[in-house]
Amino acid sequence: MHSRRAIESDVRQRLAAVPDPEIPVLSIADLGLVRHVRVGDGGAIEVGLSPTYSGCPATSVIRANVEAALQQGGYREVNVVEVLAPPWSTDWISTAGRRKLHDYGIAPPTTGPVACPQCGSLATTKLSEFGSTPCKALYRCTDCLEPFDHFKCL
Amino acid sequence: MSAAHGRTSHCVYVLRLADSNLVLAQRLGELIGHAPALEEDLGLANTALDLLGQARLLLTHAGKLEGRGRSEDDLAFLREEGEFLNATLVEQPNGDFGDTLARQFLFDAWQVELYERLAASGDPQLAAIAAKALKESRYHLRFSANWVVRLGDGTAESHERVQASLERLWPHTVELFDADAIDREMLAAGIGADLTAVRAGWQRRVDDTLAEATLARPADRPWRWYGKRGQHGEHLGRLLSQMQALHRAHPGARW
Repeated sequence: MHSRRAIESDVRQRLAAVPDPEIPVLSIADLGLVRHVRVGDGGAIEVGLSPTYSGCPATSVIRANVEAALQQGGYREVNVVEVLAPPWSTDWISTAGRRKLHDYGIAPPTTGPVACPQCGSLATTKLSEFGSTPCKALYRCTDCLEPFDHFKCL
Repeated sequence: MSAAHGRTSHCVYVLRLADSNLVLAQRLGELIGHAPALEEDLGLANTALDLLGQARLLLTHAGKLEGRGRSEDDLAFLREEGEFLNATLVEQPNGDFGDTLARQFLFDAWQVELYERLAASGDPQLAAIAAKALKESRYHLRFSANWVVRLGDGTAESHERVQASLERLWPHTVELFDADAIDREMLAAGIGADLTAVRAGWQRRVDDTLAEATLARPADRPWRWYGKRGQHGEHLGRLLSQMQALHRAHPGARW
């Protein structure tokens, strides 16, 4: 019989491998979505997840993927609960997550000037407040002329 | 009151908020693929998505408060027109781009002021939803206010048309701030927002943006709309007939 601590640690490792459906280079752990892992009597697992944007279609996919990942790991009783408060913030994206976003071609969230993820130039302009998913805005670099996504601050 | 259908004031209060979000999300959804430019199409669609997400949280909460085991889908798809408690502002047709953005601006400014207060509600679930939704609604307001300025301070034609949009929509803003028995009861219970304070904040935001847009604040008119009591104009029924068609034809349908 494993200790609760060992089980929780195993669950967290498995969660760290669940990708975000929209930005698959990021895991849900990189995004800072995992609020808690609780191991109940009899081995039932409860995972608390923060939703990102209220209407983000990825939320239900993430939930299903978390259940599937833990069931594949042998956990038979898995309960995913939504944790609304405090609201998810892009401040919770990890340092590793920010680097992965940048390497993937998406400028990570920043309140300062937005740097082009292709060439690093700060000579960028916002083309659209909204982009291809609720979390992104559309930018263009005026040096290398490439368009790119910026992960909005929330 | 007939629109309450035996529900508690608390449930009705949350349902009103849910319905305004749901109906506006549906209206904005009509524009997908039809906005004047790709950026605006994305902006309006993303705003619709956020409002729909907020509506789902609020409807689920209202369903629990109602205590009859009804889900978000039951409440969205199986109520009749007179049971919808949205403000009539949000059921107004999309009209031209000025009508759509003026409606959005008046709504966003109200929602930001309202959510700022509801984030401190004594109902912890409502407070959590408001705190989360506030961040999204601030972003919507930036988009819609920018467009009101661009249209108002744009060409002579865009100025004239968006001013006419404001005049048409203005009477529908009155009920947003006109506290009735339910609003007063919820304020006294520490659950609802003080609509006098919401109105003051809203007017500041509206006046600032209209001044920048070189637009005039419309004069208040004597008539009143009360969508929040289930009294709607001619437009809501058609919107619902489209929104509810699939669920009524195939009860319990799921994606």
